[in-house]
Amino acid sequence: MNNEALKDLLYKMADDALIIGHRNSEWTGIGPMLEEDLAFSSMAQDKIGHAQALYQILHEILGEPEPDKVAFLREEKLFKCCQFVELPIGEYDFSLVRHFLFDHAEAIRYEMLAGSSFQPLAQLAKKIKGEIKYHTMHADTFLKQLGKGNEESHARLQQALNFAMPYALGIFEQGPYEAELAVQRIFAGEEALKTRWLEKISVVVEAAGLQLPVVAADKIVYGGRKGFHSEYLKALLDEMCEVVRTDPEAEW
Amino acid sequence: MNSLDPRVKRLHLKADETEPVHTNSHLVTWEVFHQDKRGKQHVHVGVVHASSPELALLMAKEAFGRRGKTSNIWVVKTSDVFTFETEDEDMFETTPEKTFRDPAFYKVRDRIERFQKQQPQ
Repeated sequence: MNNEALKDLLYKMADDALIIGHRNSEWTGIGPMLEEDLAFSSMAQDKIGHAQALYQILHEILGEPEPDKVAFLREEKLFKCCQFVELPIGEYDFSLVRHFLFDHAEAIRYEMLAGSSFQPLAQLAKKIKGEIKYHTMHADTFLKQLGKGNEESHARLQQALNFAMPYALGIFEQGPYEAELAVQRIFAGEEALKTRWLEKISVVVEAAGLQLPVVAADKIVYGGRKGFHSEYLKALLDEMCEVVRTDPEAEW
Repeated sequence: MNSLDPRVKRLHLKADETEPVHTNSHLVTWEVFHQDKRGKQHVHVGVVHASSPELALLMAKEAFGRRGKTSNIWVVKTSDVFTFETEDEDMFETTPEKTFRDPAFYKVRDRIERFQKQQPQ
């Protein structure tokens, strides 16, 4: 088994989860209503939990530094998250649409990984299945409710969807180890994931009365998986890591 | 009128100077019943605001199922709950005196023991 291929897969999944978890947690206390504030914050905590579990596998099985170290003390260039998760939370319409698009990709990725030959990932996929089911159920319900709500809620969701789609497609940026991961039966690959994702989200988008925008190939925002990030990641990391970096050796 | 509760400070807004408030124009409340184990009874735990039963369940899951064990949750639209008038509480006033309805009222242990002793060995 090629460790570099596995590390690449685990780091991009973990970094996606950590950064979207941090982003979504920015809604805590300012959510559109108390109940949704709680729900969105809980899901953000879940994402950070997923990141932690993945960093733990990287540490225990693949010899990478401890989870706290890789989460808080790595420089921006070494992060492998897609640019989609880095974008600021914006208005709630965008955060909701990102939650919908990202979480379906995540759900299908873990579904595929449940049968992975790499046991730690297969086990994690089974463990968090229920959590992720709630995340996509939450996203779908809100999308349908607001997509068919009134003229304003519909227009705002459609606009957010049009804006988000080129970034969302960047989730499936191909890595150098696609074929290898597939042959080893670790992961069937980004292209297979993207196909299933498009099928899945099309159904919900249609049920919500929205249009899935068509994105030209050259408009898809790639780069994150190779360490090329938007201007927003550096600022996010500076804030998220500010306290840890004042004294990396401190015991908490 | 000033509140008798020292924690409450009323603003004395005049009715004709305020904007009309549309309460519950689209968000109604839902009573939440939590079940911690399959087969056990659902227990009322509180209320959530939501515009549909689906969203009410989703909100209830995080508001009341985020700690400890949960097996399932019910939500019931608050307006579907029927209740007595507050002043009808007097119907229940004498109930605590009716101890003969409480199994503990009947002290039968000594009679059971006497009966058992009488039985041939």
